Amino acid sequence: MSTHDDPKPTHRPQPTGQRDAEETASPPEDMVQVLSTDGEILPGAERPNLSDEQLLEMYEELVLARRFDERATGLQRQGRISTYAPMAGQEGSQVATSFALEDEDWLVPTYRDHAAKHAHGRSYASLLSHLRGYREGYAVPDDVNALPEYIPIGTQVPQAMGLAWGFSMQGEHDRAVLCHFGDGATSTGDFHEGLNFAGVYDVPAIFVCNNNQWAISMPVEAQTASETIVQKAAAYGIEGVRVDGTDPLAVYAVTRAAVRKAKHPAEGERRPTLIESCQYRLGPHSTADDPSAYRDEDDASGWEERDPVERLERYLYREEILDDETAESIKDDVEDCLELAVERAEAVETDPGRIVEHVYEEPTDRLREQLSDLAELRERHGDEAFGEVGE
Amino acid sequence: MSTTTTPSEQGAETETEPLSLVEAVRDGLAGELARDDSVVVLGEDVGTNGGVFRATEHLQDEFGPQRVIDTPLAESAIVGSSIGLALSGMRPVAEMQFMGFASPAYDQLVSHAARMRSRTHGQYTLPMVVRMPYGGGISAPEHHSESREAAYVHEPGLKVVTPSTPTDAKGLIAAAIRDPDPVIVLEPKRLYRAFREDVPTESYTTPIGEASIRREGEDLSLFTWGSSTQPALAVADELAAERGIEVEVVDLRSLSPLDIETITDSVRKTGRAVVVHEAPKTAGVGAEIVATINEEALYSLEAPVTRVTGLDAPVPLHSLEDFYLPQALRIREGVLETVEA
Ligand SMILES: Cc1ncc(C[n+]2csc(CCOP(=O)(O)OP(=O)(O)O)c2C)c(N)n1
Repeated sequence: MSTHDDPKPTHRPQPTGQRDAEETASPPEDMVQVLSTDGEILPGAERPNLSDEQLLEMYEELVLARRFDERATGLQRQGRISTYAPMAGQEGSQVATSFALEDEDWLVPTYRDHAAKHAHGRSYASLLSHLRGYREGYAVPDDVNALPEYIPIGTQVPQAMGLAWGFSMQGEHDRAVLCHFGDGATSTGDFHEGLNFAGVYDVPAIFVCNNNQWAISMPVEAQTASETIVQKAAAYGIEGVRVDGTDPLAVYAVTRAAVRKAKHPAEGERRPTLIESCQYRLGPHSTADDPSAYRDEDDASGWEERDPVERLERYLYREEILDDETAESIKDDVEDCLELAVERAEAVETDPGRIVEHVYEEPTDRLREQLSDLAELRERHGDEAFGEVGE
Repeated sequence: MSTTTTPSEQGAETETEPLSLVEAVRDGLAGELARDDSVVVLGEDVGTNGGVFRATEHLQDEFGPQRVIDTPLAESAIVGSSIGLALSGMRPVAEMQFMGFASPAYDQLVSHAARMRSRTHGQYTLPMVVRMPYGGGISAPEHHSESREAAYVHEPGLKVVTPSTPTDAKGLIAAAIRDPDPVIVLEPKRLYRAFREDVPTESYTTPIGEASIRREGEDLSLFTWGSSTQPALAVADELAAERGIEVEVVDLRSLSPLDIETITDSVRKTGRAVVVHEAPKTAGVGAEIVATINEEALYSLEAPVTRVTGLDAPVPLHSLEDFYLPQALRIREGVLETVEA
């Protein structure tokens, strides 16, 4: 299967090397915000440097992300995919951070960053195929600068740092690396080691903490005694920015500024940035999780009305960039796109031989032997005979 | 050990209740928390949430947040702080949410937990337990299906046990907590809810270092543990019914220390052996068992010992999991090959 079959986003910002206007957006509170929850540009804030078309594209990504989430949850319930990590409430930040990247920039995502991956060029069909149990879905198309998702928490942080370090060592100063992780990850040694290295070697990396307030059952207040996540940046001598993660325009603005700085720092400016993107995980941690065991239904109050999709939608209507007709056609396009993605993902086939492929460049003699034993058994008994007995 | 009691020793009067393996783990933890104030349970999501597998469900309600502790997300700190807790006189029982995520704690386990006793020449010991759900077969995402028992068995100073029944789960947990050395309890997550068994309600320990013969047989010894025990038993029953081949199924239960006597006695009786484990073949615990048989009982063998194992490749995502795991079909083939050799 082609793992890259959705149309590639065309939203890419132009690499200018200059400060974007949005950098002047000043925070009304301690979080950077551009839009009110009603979708109005806040006093003192500015519309980021995005055209009407780019804004519509961002909106379409958000609608698609929300529907993908619903669809994937449904597929899991039907047993058509395995455990899925929902992103409802978090897609605004995911889409906006990826919109702030250019093609040559690298994305280092987690298991929850489906929309970030899609907006950086992965197809939803390929993302679904690994959820269907096919490792093929981890293969990232050659023209997309992204790593597959990370499941062990925090491990990607020093790796992303190293990726950025390597680019600067090789003089590739037009590349930045954006690394996602959750609030839980900030407790891991890897987070601290990675950020410390990033500061010491001044690498072109953007570390985005998607603070969705929960690490499975642990609220962020129990995860760390520091008041904010962003203040940890100070310990490593790098810049920290706290942003309203349910405000796509604000997230775009701060990420864009961080990307610019990573590649073209001004005199005395340090390249790495830690962004704390404040948001809320509206659903369960995963389809295997039952949040009623650890949080009240009304916990989300205050966050539910900060729905990133609706927030951008209100703005676009207000500015007359979006009307009912366009919204309707976007909805239809999104359904078609998802239908195709599911169809493609379900058409993937695999072969037991794949188990021993790609363990090394060449399978070892032992792997070949194990594979031929397996092939011989299949030949004699058929695939059904491999099912579990005794359970 | 003098504290050791087994349910069988307690006679027919023993009161029991039907428990799944995960419920038996919880029962074992509850018993030890009640029995000894120095026992604390700690880990990610073990408190309010009762653990992602519900192995610690309601324990925090019963014993309070000082005894059943939700920690930040940091395996190295969970095990490292457990070492400190044990040094201070507590008996920590740490949970690694999945074995695949225990790697950050590996340094603390092998560089420190395993050698505190020998490093200090017996001055300090570490009565601590680390529980880890392990193994595949539940269609889990990447990194959720590992069987890395060999890595811990290889480390002198650590004990490693793995139950395959609810009764043993409860007894091994209790024994591990009362043990003066660090013990790793590997819990086969595939068996957490696979079946129930009547488990004694009272507190008891299952001795560490003793294998259990799950099924007697004269024709071949099948050595296995944890998650592979159920398919091994099913195959043994099938072969007895179909072909009159009587397979002795030995559940090792304790991988470190190994019950060498039970292993070699069994091989001396049957003359043939198969080792089944889910972990990759190369340098797995199976290799240790084969080497032990060679050293102790080579001349009793009538055929080379066969290993039926996972492949020397990362555990695949679930579409290919049935081909990776040592399923009944492969166990059966391994037994037949060894019997006919
Ligand atoms: C090293 C490690 N330990 C434990 C886990 C099990 N686990 C999966 S997700 C999770 C919570 C992660 O929370 P956070 O970092 O806030 O990210 P979120 O899932 O909320 O996006 C835990 C404990 C894991 N994946 N990796």
